[in-house]
Amino acid sequence: MSPCAPIDRRQFIKASAELAGALILGFYLPGSAGQVSSPILNQEFRPNAWLVIAPDDRITVLCEKPELGQGSRTYIPMMIAEELEADWSKIRVEQAPTLPSIYKGLRTGGSGGVVNSFDQMRRAGAQAREMLVTAAAQEWSANRSDCRAENGSVVHVGTQRRLRYGELASKAAKLPLLGLNNVALKPFRDFHVVGTSVPRTDVPSKVDGTAKFGFDVRLPGMLYAVIARCPHFGGSLQAFDASAAKQIPGVKAIFAVPPLPRKLNTAGGVAVVADSNWRAMAARKQLKFIWKKGSREADSRTLRQSLERATRGEATYVAVDRGNALEVLSTATRKLEASYESPFQAHATMEPMNTTVQVREKQIEVWSPTQFADEVQQEIAQLAGLPSEQVIVHMTLSGGSFGRRYQWDYAAEAWQVAKNFKAPVQLLWTREDDMQHDFYRPYNFQYLSAALGSEDKPLAWSTRVVTTPIAETNVYSGYDESPEALKNPATVAALEWYGADVVPYDIANFRLDYAPVMSPVPRSWWRSVASSYTPFAKESFLDELAHLIGRDPLQFRLDLLANDSPNSARVRNVLQIAGKAAGWGQSLPSRQGRGIACFAGDTCNAQIADVSVDDDGTVHVIRVTSVVDCGLAVSPDGVRAMTEGAINFALTAVLTGEITIKDSAVEQSNFHDYQVLRIHESPEVDVHIVPSLEPPSGVGELGAMLVAPAVANAIFAATGVRIRRLPVDSALLQKVHS
Amino acid sequence: MSQFTLVINGKSRDVDVEPETPLLWVLRDSLGLTGTKYGCGLGLCGACTVHLDGKAVRSCQTPMKSIGSKKIVTIEGLGEGGLHPVQRAWIAEQVPQCGYCQSGQIMQAVSLLRSKPHPSVDEINAGMAGNICRCGTYQRIRRAIQRAARERTV
Repeated sequence: MSPCAPIDRRQFIKASAELAGALILGFYLPGSAGQVSSPILNQEFRPNAWLVIAPDDRITVLCEKPELGQGSRTYIPMMIAEELEADWSKIRVEQAPTLPSIYKGLRTGGSGGVVNSFDQMRRAGAQAREMLVTAAAQEWSANRSDCRAENGSVVHVGTQRRLRYGELASKAAKLPLLGLNNVALKPFRDFHVVGTSVPRTDVPSKVDGTAKFGFDVRLPGMLYAVIARCPHFGGSLQAFDASAAKQIPGVKAIFAVPPLPRKLNTAGGVAVVADSNWRAMAARKQLKFIWKKGSREADSRTLRQSLERATRGEATYVAVDRGNALEVLSTATRKLEASYESPFQAHATMEPMNTTVQVREKQIEVWSPTQFADEVQQEIAQLAGLPSEQVIVHMTLSGGSFGRRYQWDYAAEAWQVAKNFKAPVQLLWTREDDMQHDFYRPYNFQYLSAALGSEDKPLAWSTRVVTTPIAETNVYSGYDESPEALKNPATVAALEWYGADVVPYDIANFRLDYAPVMSPVPRSWWRSVASSYTPFAKESFLDELAHLIGRDPLQFRLDLLANDSPNSARVRNVLQIAGKAAGWGQSLPSRQGRGIACFAGDTCNAQIADVSVDDDGTVHVIRVTSVVDCGLAVSPDGVRAMTEGAINFALTAVLTGEITIKDSAVEQSNFHDYQVLRIHESPEVDVHIVPSLEPPSGVGELGAMLVAPAVANAIFAATGVRIRRLPVDSALLQKVHS
Repeated sequence: MSQFTLVINGKSRDVDVEPETPLLWVLRDSLGLTGTKYGCGLGLCGACTVHLDGKAVRSCQTPMKSIGSKKIVTIEGLGEGGLHPVQRAWIAEQVPQCGYCQSGQIMQAVSLLRSKPHPSVDEINAGMAGNICRCGTYQRIRRAIQRAARERTV
């Protein structure tokens, strides 16, 4: 959570002055009323760092959160407009500048965009509103309590006199600043902007081609670069021959780029810089290399054996141990055991990684599609040996992220290339680069074991999670980044098992433990992180138990919910709504099936998948019903969009997607061999949002968590075949003719 | 290097590039028309889709020497000054998330609707299967195409 600290004005002005050069570059800098020499600026009302009200009524919202497609440039202004009582048509949105001393939230992750902004952005709007009301009351010499804010104006209740915010801006700017924490916020039930489906502010620019992504940055004299990276994880560049490549017209330079240490994890290789993308790529094809290969340990086949072995060895970390699970399991007479496997996955954002850097004397300017602008700034400052104030980072639109742009390896590489030129340089990753040098979703195995007691009640359950842990290779572990940190099993395990706990199912004896298998393949967050694979095992295994004892999978879940667990009522509710909406219990034609899964967290979710399976084993996901309890839905249509999108995103990992490593290199290179979901494979999606006046919780990753178990359970219902490895192997599902 | 005169969005533009250069890079790097996107470079994803004499083509697979006098339309010129009805349908259905693939999706959808003014869901799926959206806006793309067809505006 971002702290809701009032902005220190002196600090604000100091930081603004330090970046005064940025103004020349068309970089928008919020100042403080009365502190800027321009007479026009003097008439603007800037109560805080996120809001500028101009004399012509225009309201500029400076959005800290990156826009990756999740709608931050709409839901942030909605929160401000709600409390400001603004006229929505007057609002325009800009990306806040990368000034971490002022803006503490120049990043997003963990589905936190709404949650982490909700309080602060409403306070920003309320602060401005209260000061505008005071300004109007003073103007009219009226009682403040007789004045109220309404649709971009302050109205005097008795006389119906009215002053627009623009007319009040210069007066409000001269009032003493009201503390952000000293403003009253509306009760949720009075909201009229938040909770409605306001059209997204970024959509028009994304249908007419004017939206500018990182890769669309065009600067005078800009050069274009690609890097031929070492394809072997743990390998290195031994030698290269650029004689043919240098003959390509427009090539400016070809030089080796060393791998970057620490957790940046860049491969290193050979950079080609030219006057166009095409020429840079053409020259790269003419390069000849000798690469040193990495260890065989990196290969998928070897890794798979190590992971499977670790499901039976010692755990390094026990995450949960309630009751006496191991003992109950060791003496149980009725047991079920199963192992589940999910391989590496790529993010495969539609916009490949790229960053543009201009290195000047004592100043570096960076344009990057990033999820984490302040870290890009710090990293490049550190690499260049400059104070971070001398690195200006423009956070551009991102063409998808899904966790990939939480790393800044590509921005650091762009600096490595650009530091050799006076001109700005844009580093493009080709699709092949992007596919083969991703930070992948960890390879994982889960081994589950359950004991049934009298009346078939699950008495004990244990889950062993084995993964190639993110902390080993990630640029931002969130913890201590020293190599010693990896000796702490809790640090290594922390990102790997979330979602595997059986709560709120009532199982008295439960143990969840973890074992890592180290690997040189880079890994990171992949939409929903561990929850992209833990529910696959947990909710499939629960389905296995239900079928073993002949119970209906939906009723089995409802009966198993603990009465005293805080999320039980919410999970029960989403399960029941989903069952009703999807027609649970209806009979289906041959080789069609319906599967259910649920998730309990800050946001609760139930999903039901309808599938049909062809005689040749091809799986068609026909429909997914998803019921979401995310507290107050700030934008209901935004929640629907995120849910639809996350389901489609995750279906790639269920049906077709798999990254494999051979000879210490990724075998896939483009969309022909890493096949992502296409429109004809995408189901109908039916989203239901539970009405709620509880505080909002995240939805960006939610939809990605349950589609694997819901589809796997539906495949079992359709065919009687249990899917325990993803992506689904259709050969297992071919109809057997007798 | 060779001189080419292209007709793009109704205007004549001269460029001097190697004949093998794909149209995509000429649009983006020589002419500053960045609405057309690079996604895969192999014609697998559809992000670079433009119209050549009214038909959708993958500009990453269209070398300059193959274009001749064919008229090129990109996302920037689709609406001829305003918004094309398909772009309006895209807004009405709130299709884009990250938006990176949407220029290509829209160019493909306009081409589809020219050949099939009232496509069935199967025809939409078949016609749009070459365009990848990793954000997963497929449900809304289907709805937007149906809306554009329904409003008989193409």
